[in-house]
Amino acid sequence: MEPIIIEGTPKTPTIKFDASQGVFEIKGRSIPENSVEFYKPLVDWLDTYKESPLNKTVVNIKLEYFNTSSSKCILDVFKRLEAIHKAKNDVEVNWYYEEDDEDMLEAGEDYESIIRVPFKMIEITE
Amino acid sequence: MSFDVVNYFSNLLNGNTIVYYKGNIDPDIINKVLDTVEEKMIRENEQSKLRKKVYNVLVESLQNLYHHVDKVPEGFDDKSYEKYGILAINKVEGGYKIITGNFIQTDNVEKLEEKIKRINRSTHEEITDLYKFILNHQRISSKGGGGLGLVDIARKTGNKLNYTFKEYNDKCSFFCLNILVGENN
Repeated sequence: MEPIIIEGTPKTPTIKFDASQGVFEIKGRSIPENSVEFYKPLVDWLDTYKESPLNKTVVNIKLEYFNTSSSKCILDVFKRLEAIHKAKNDVEVNWYYEEDDEDMLEAGEDYESIIRVPFKMIEITE
Repeated sequence: MSFDVVNYFSNLLNGNTIVYYKGNIDPDIINKVLDTVEEKMIRENEQSKLRKKVYNVLVESLQNLYHHVDKVPEGFDDKSYEKYGILAINKVEGGYKIITGNFIQTDNVEKLEEKIKRINRSTHEEITDLYKFILNHQRISSKGGGGLGLVDIARKTGNKLNYTFKEYNDKCSFFCLNILVGENN
């Protein structure tokens, strides 16, 4: 599978989805007006990946900001990961947040409570 | 005679206005407002926690306007605008106020007001649960909104949503939302 690599912009995050390593990263700001347009190719790509995933998939989420419309799309991403996990593969989500950013920590905890995949909350200290 | 929305809006402002805009709300304007406010907060040496909250709430407020404003009523001066909104960001004691104004069909007032009242009578825990419920159960609408904007604003600020509806003519009203983002939330 071809990896997906997308450079970040002020409104959309950097994406690195590498199927050969099983490491996926979403990093930066996700505040587009039309988030479905941005996330649909990623969700489609994950639908293909989940047919034959690696034994272990690691997902790193390092978001500085995301809007509520992205929050639904990120949930769609996590639902694909949940399906991979349910099919007896290892999946680990690393949710990064800056030390003073309780809102970002809470956002990670929201997903953790909805999605049945192990989450690790990782504080970034400067 | 319909009332003067710009004048009405101006009377809601107190404190030091750092950004004021009225006109069409499009993605370019949203970018400009976000950049300007972010730069000004950095220059003011605001703590990163407050900066992030203001930025987040501002994104949701602006995108609420972008996704949800109803058409400008007939007879309004600025007919050329597809999505007309007014916006002000004020520096106040202990934080920032974000104030938005937009037209809404009077038929839609009741539904929006009910939604706001429901949020305002909820505790922080209930708002968190409501957020998670909508996140998990509601699809993104044809307008592109997720139905989460106001819930997210209330959750992040910890404050009640302060609002007014003013009748503009027999079909149309003007909605103002006044949000305080404080340092201590």
